[in-house]
Amino acid sequence: MTAEAILSVPTPPRQSLSVTTGRDRVRKTKQWLAFMMLRGAILIVAAALAVIIGFLVINGISSISWGFLTEVPRNNMTEGGIWPCIVGTLLLSLGAMAVALPLGVASAIYLHEYALPGRTMRIIRLGVNNLAGVPSVVFGLFGLGLFVTAMNLGVSILAGWLTLGVLCLPVIIGTTEEALRSVPATYREASLALGGTKWQTIWRVVLPSALPGILTGSILGISRAAGETAAIMFTAAVFYTPKMPNSIFSDVMALPYHIYVLATAGTEIEKTRPIQYGTALVLIALVLGMNLFAIILRAWLQRRGTR
Amino acid sequence: MRRSTKEIIIKQAFLATAITSLAVLALIMIFLFMEGLPTFSFVSVKDFLFGVDWYPTDEANPAYGILPLIVASGAVTALSSLLAIPLGVMTAVYLAEIASPRLRAVVKPVVEMLASLPSVVIGFFGMVIMAPFLQDYFGIAVGLNLSNAALMLAFMSVPTIASVSEDAIYAVPRDLKEASFALGATHLETLARVTLPAALSGIGTAVILGMSRAIGETMVVLMVAGGAAVIPNSLWSPVRPMPASIAAEMAEAPFRGHHYHALFATAMVLFMVTLLFNILADYFSHKHQQSGSASL
Repeated sequence: MTAEAILSVPTPPRQSLSVTTGRDRVRKTKQWLAFMMLRGAILIVAAALAVIIGFLVINGISSISWGFLTEVPRNNMTEGGIWPCIVGTLLLSLGAMAVALPLGVASAIYLHEYALPGRTMRIIRLGVNNLAGVPSVVFGLFGLGLFVTAMNLGVSILAGWLTLGVLCLPVIIGTTEEALRSVPATYREASLALGGTKWQTIWRVVLPSALPGILTGSILGISRAAGETAAIMFTAAVFYTPKMPNSIFSDVMALPYHIYVLATAGTEIEKTRPIQYGTALVLIALVLGMNLFAIILRAWLQRRGTR
Repeated sequence: MRRSTKEIIIKQAFLATAITSLAVLALIMIFLFMEGLPTFSFVSVKDFLFGVDWYPTDEANPAYGILPLIVASGAVTALSSLLAIPLGVMTAVYLAEIASPRLRAVVKPVVEMLASLPSVVIGFFGMVIMAPFLQDYFGIAVGLNLSNAALMLAFMSVPTIASVSEDAIYAVPRDLKEASFALGATHLETLARVTLPAALSGIGTAVILGMSRAIGETMVVLMVAGGAAVIPNSLWSPVRPMPASIAAEMAEAPFRGHHYHALFATAMVLFMVTLLFNILADYFSHKHQQSGSASL
């Protein structure tokens, strides 16, 4: 039996051997109705995504222009572009990944390659799972307490990197572990049989084959960090700054925070609506673009893996 | 010998890194408590948790009772779960059991994209599109309210519930289903009487994780829930769940003043609730793990 056949879900025989009775027809109808309801659920989920994206595209597309993307906000943020926000968001999310990636990959290597099932592993896993469940606003307060105040970094890019870095850690650990799981055990055995040590095996054999999967994970991590708002509102982002960031201790503007501020604060909420839509559209294009890329990359990897 | 010493050092270094997550979790707790516990020097635990008045900025007579915020968080989460649990579980069943591989390749990314939508974008959608729609359609005074927030939150927890449930349904041993088919059961009967009961603990985990996500979600409730710190009396009441209160007021609260400490104490409560949910989810998934047909 091939792997495909084992993995596939068994489906019932299409035709029953016995004579079809009235009761069978009732059972068939019931099943048809139930499956229709399931299809309905899928349609609702797909429609929700389509409606959200659709409305943002329809209302936001007219705001997008070369000037909007490359100019700085003017006139109390009621005119001009969002260039500083784009720069800020890219800086924050890439830096967060620089923090989370080494820690996350190393943690995953320990959990998957070294740790034996037991209490230590169980506790570390519980820690990772719970970290994944911490609300983002709590990460924000934590960043405010530790990085901004106690470590005296101020509201800065660096404080944002560290806060977003620990927020993304569980994402990186999860996707890296998945990548490590997909490396066949025979690769490791072959390396060990040739006299390689455990570390040599991991460094020269396991990691290179897991690399594309880890790459996928880090793209997902970056997109998670790019869309995060509550964690940066006390640690890195400000609603307006006239200067572009020039050091890691500068505060920055960021796309998600820009949307929030323009949509909720100030006296010009209606007037800046086009800017809000435009910013939201740029943000989802960035985030969904990265996600789509990761999904396609993963599908390609899986196809390559089964061949 | 040198090679093995090096190996041991490397292993210990990896262990040390793996502990980072635990250390961060511990640090989060320490900082929340450090900044939150001073609250109880000016308000008793009982008055804090069960006080119905939240007027932290009142000059003459500030009140720090977070019961309205707790009730709001509970109401929003419960209402969103009513929508998200059936939708999420049904999506999972469809993906795991019924969709053809080709359809699955389309639907699964849709669910993942929904999961990846930034919360501020969903909040924005709820504010500028859903709220006016609800006002016009139902003729209510304010579109930013409990129901709108619950609806937006539901779309955020559906992907979590769906993907964790789907894994659980996949993990049901194939021979159980085959036995059911062999007895002449239809696909639906097999699903309802064999597959879903066997996957129940995993689905339970999924539901708890989805609710935990909803209760901690900040931007959506900050932008859409309406912001009134009173105990809701209808589904259309504007409310102020805990994360919204923290995010909205932190910027204005004087550093290390009473208000500041009270917000950290609110975050403590929020953190404890999500921690409890996550430990519960972990307990479920380990305690009732379906390891094979033998344990049925």
